[in-house]
Amino acid sequence: MGRVRIPPVLRDTVNGSRELPARGVTVSEILTDLFAIHPQLGNRLSDDAGRLSAFVNVYINGKDIRLLDGIATPVGKEDVVILLPAMAGG
Amino acid sequence: MNLAIPAPAATAPDFVPGFDGIRCRHCGTGAPTGPRFVCTSCFGPLGATYDYARVAAHLTREAIASRPTTIWRYAELLPVDEPAGRGLAVGSSPLVAAPRLAERLGLRRVWVKDDSRNPTLSFKDRVVAVAAARAQAFGFHTLACASTGNLAASVAATAAALGLRAVVLVPADLEPAKIAQAAALGATVVRVDGPYDAVNRLCLELTDELDGWAVVNVNLRPYYAEGSKTIGFEIAEQLGWRAPDAVVAPIASGSMYTKIARGLAELATVGLIEARPTRFIGGQAAGCGPVAAAFAAGTDVIEPVDRPRTIVKSLAIGTPADAVPALELARGSGGSIEGVEDQAVVAAVRLLAETEGILTETAGGVTVGALQQAIERGIVGRDDEVVLVISGNGLKTLDALVAGVTPTADEPIAPTFDAFEAWWSSREAAA
Repeated sequence: MGRVRIPPVLRDTVNGSRELPARGVTVSEILTDLFAIHPQLGNRLSDDAGRLSAFVNVYINGKDIRLLDGIATPVGKEDVVILLPAMAGG
Repeated sequence: MNLAIPAPAATAPDFVPGFDGIRCRHCGTGAPTGPRFVCTSCFGPLGATYDYARVAAHLTREAIASRPTTIWRYAELLPVDEPAGRGLAVGSSPLVAAPRLAERLGLRRVWVKDDSRNPTLSFKDRVVAVAAARAQAFGFHTLACASTGNLAASVAATAAALGLRAVVLVPADLEPAKIAQAAALGATVVRVDGPYDAVNRLCLELTDELDGWAVVNVNLRPYYAEGSKTIGFEIAEQLGWRAPDAVVAPIASGSMYTKIARGLAELATVGLIEARPTRFIGGQAAGCGPVAAAFAAGTDVIEPVDRPRTIVKSLAIGTPADAVPALELARGSGGSIEGVEDQAVVAAVRLLAETEGILTETAGGVTVGALQQAIERGIVGRDDEVVLVISGNGLKTLDALVAGVTPTADEPIAPTFDAFEAWWSSREAAA
């Protein structure tokens, strides 16, 4: 099963875990599962309509999912999904 | 004229702090002052806030004018509890009249805010000075950054001047001059096999995984970003305490572009200048112009650029952090965000060099090129007073600038007057 890495600022919503199992075959399924188990994480990262916040970037093995298939991007057993704040620039 | 940068107590004896803590720029939730950049409530970006009423009551033009020529003359509007005592001599870069450039562009008044003359030859010295002041206050011993080059040199030099360690991470294909500069200044330079965005992401992960690292453009970002406001403060002061009709600045993350506007707005808020509608024109390289593309498409949705293809490496940010505020500023101020092709960038650098004797790096070419396009578009007109923010020195990107330029003497000439005369005559005849 793949893994999801949680940034430190959000670990209080997942009992301090740095990594969680990624249950699902797409990013969308994995996040839905994650938010169901950890509703506070869902509150921080998605809006009322359930859309992923614009402040979070999702990467699979280092690739921004917006450059792949967005939340429909498939996630394999060896893949690491990383959630990071959308902050880039020098 | 100040001949020396004085000791701490002399920098601003009448200083009364204006900084009022950091809070989320999106939901407004406060956060404790410390090395953090993400809101715990909504994951949005944290930013610095100020007690403008207190600043307005204490800060005067005369007080500012009496202080040394560094960015700390504006310390009340910087995120510090006291003006920094040590460090590089940053700020008060010249605002140079550019009449020959103006004439070529068909404009009456053009000024060049020449930040290519800062201590490490780019505007980055401003933001690093503020971040470093905070890093020391928080007890950090290492300054680090993800950089396309200019930031790395500034972090290296600033750390050296303050006795801190510097670790800088850069894309492996960065211009050699920029890598050499940081290394020569004593930094540990880590070349990363990937574009800037991958380096930045790595630095985000580093701040997550390592304690005690002050990554200036990541976990000190709320303080760091404020340094760019000083460009706006200085422009206003140097124009005699007023704002120009238009400001043109390059856009990488969009931070500098938006903070210059913020600086001018804050001066108006605290009563140091009159509020007026300045237009803000931003420039991006066409080969990595996600913000320019969104502006042209009339949208707020940024499509990240996976592989930047441009000689303007210092603007090669595929996922800019401040894209949306930049778009709002361009649209709200009646400005624009232009995408400039590489050929036009090089031509624009040559234009500035040959009309005003200022050699800027490729990002400066984007800025001049963006002004040219804004004029064509009708956004800037003949009677406008325009300030061009020239953010970096051309010695940093000489390879990109001279590619395709034919040297004026292909073969060395013999050291005789006859040889010179023969060569010169043939050149004149060919011209």
